[in-house]
Amino acid sequence: MSTISRDEVAHLAGLARLAVSEEELDRFAGQLDVILDAVARVGEVAADDIPPTSHAVPVTNVFRPDEVREGLSREQALAGAPATEENRFRVPRILNEEA
Amino acid sequence: MTSTTSGPEGGGATELTRLTASELAARLASGEVSAVEVTRAHLDRVEAVEPAVGAFLHVDRREALEAARRADEDRAAGRAVSPLAGVPLALKDVFTTTDMPTTCGSKMLEGWVPPYDSTVAARLREAGVVILGKTNMDEFAMGSSTENSAFGATHNPWDLERVPGGSGGGSSAALAAFEAPLAIGTDTGGSIRQPAAVTGTVGVKPTYGGVSRYGLVAFSSSLDQGGPCGRTVLDAAMLHEVIAGHDPMDSTSIDAPVPGVTAAAKEGAAGDLRGVRVGVVREFSGEGYQRGVLDSFRTAVETLTELGAEVVEVSCPHFEYALGAYYLIAPSECSSNLARFDAMRYGLRVGDDGDRSTEEVMSLTREQGFGAEVKRRIMLGTYALSSGYYDAYYGQAQKVRTLVSRDFAAAFERVDVLVSPTTPTTAFRIGERADDPMAMYLADLCTIPSNLAGNAAMSVPSGLAAEDGLPVGLQIMAPAMADERLYRVGAAYEAARNAAAGGALIDRVPQLEVAR
Repeated sequence: MSTISRDEVAHLAGLARLAVSEEELDRFAGQLDVILDAVARVGEVAADDIPPTSHAVPVTNVFRPDEVREGLSREQALAGAPATEENRFRVPRILNEEA
Repeated sequence: MTSTTSGPEGGGATELTRLTASELAARLASGEVSAVEVTRAHLDRVEAVEPAVGAFLHVDRREALEAARRADEDRAAGRAVSPLAGVPLALKDVFTTTDMPTTCGSKMLEGWVPPYDSTVAARLREAGVVILGKTNMDEFAMGSSTENSAFGATHNPWDLERVPGGSGGGSSAALAAFEAPLAIGTDTGGSIRQPAAVTGTVGVKPTYGGVSRYGLVAFSSSLDQGGPCGRTVLDAAMLHEVIAGHDPMDSTSIDAPVPGVTAAAKEGAAGDLRGVRVGVVREFSGEGYQRGVLDSFRTAVETLTELGAEVVEVSCPHFEYALGAYYLIAPSECSSNLARFDAMRYGLRVGDDGDRSTEEVMSLTREQGFGAEVKRRIMLGTYALSSGYYDAYYGQAQKVRTLVSRDFAAAFERVDVLVSPTTPTTAFRIGERADDPMAMYLADLCTIPSNLAGNAAMSVPSGLAAEDGLPVGLQIMAPAMADERLYRVGAAYEAARNAAAGGALIDRVPQLEVAR
């Protein structure tokens, strides 16, 4: 049912924001193909009238009391940040325009 | 350097590390030993055997001794303390801790110290349990060997050339090497039970929702479940009661009383299983199963019969599709969950040279921060969820999940618990399956159905395989919210096996060369 091409792997890597090397593209294409072949058997048994299960213990509308309490301080929230500036997360440029 | 100082009763520090958690709890309660002595003995053991085993990613000697001192003070002051106060524990490095790094075995989180405690860590601290450190694991809990850790493999104390299972191989190895009497693991497809089986220890995946996931770094949210690990069924039960119970911070946490698992373990140890109906899963046998594993399983079933249990064969025809469904559902959820590692708010950032865009930095960081297995699963999940393939893969897998749950429901109408081998083979050699993802995935063949259906399951040591002398595990499965059945049957079986074999299996683990 599958056969996943090198180009498809490159596309998936792009969707998943993963830079991949040429060597990785070859390796992953082969491995994903084997895995997809093995797992595709799920299609053999799952008939149209079987409802899907997304969660083993179904729970809906779980609420807890809406009480005001302390959250993380600014220092705590920024403590693990790769880069900060003026008490904020500093991020690389997000627009494609010339500076 | 290892301490061999003798205690007042002539029992050396080394002896303290051989005791079970319940034995330690009794000695702590009577005042025979202090939590500081117990903790120091285990820290010394850790120092001595870690060069060979590599179970821990982080050990905090000072904090552990401080926690032990507090447990001693609380006990001396008569402040209500849990039975496990002062007993040391090894915590899988997937639970957030404010006083220690939480890396999930990934370069992505190297050195990261979380701003809040997981509920599991908080409950352990509240109970006075002494957290020795954080244990090694397959990166983000993806794997069955602990070889996928970015910080190196962990070695199985039964044979240092072999894997300790995974993803919780650090926790299982720490138990088998007598570095800690208790450990915490997480089980998404078998990551508590399979490591327990291959190290001759006990591991329990509670009912989904039984233990809070708050502060458990998510891999596959609908499957992830934290649980207790120990060297005996009773120890696992005592730990289970400390960490389980409703948590408003986890919306999938079950709002119901914790099953009386310690009482069940004590009842079971009396060795009477009359009236208990046990189902042997027909599908978990045959090709792909090691002979010694099947022999050990057969003997275990005979033992259950001798204890008075009524044993029947049960067919669960859809279990053979569970592995496929799992390897679509888990990667799909992982591809979504791991999107949070975007190099912006915490963790690694690579290539931020002032010129590259956010998206380029994100891609480079994820390329360098994630290992091969994590990347494979992210791509597999991205594929299974992408338009055009969603129905054929993810949608079908969710239907199989329904069918697996129905198999369990039908079986549990006839029997109280199901049994099978925990894993098809004993511990494999380090490197043996590293380049063959499908071979690695087969290690979880018998454990996965319980994750898909959310029911409770345990692995308890059943013996050594004749051909390689390595431990084999018996898996016991119970319906959701009936975790106490695992402990009753598990403790009865454990007591009978130990009596027949003349001692606990774990006492046969080879002596490790100790660095002095």
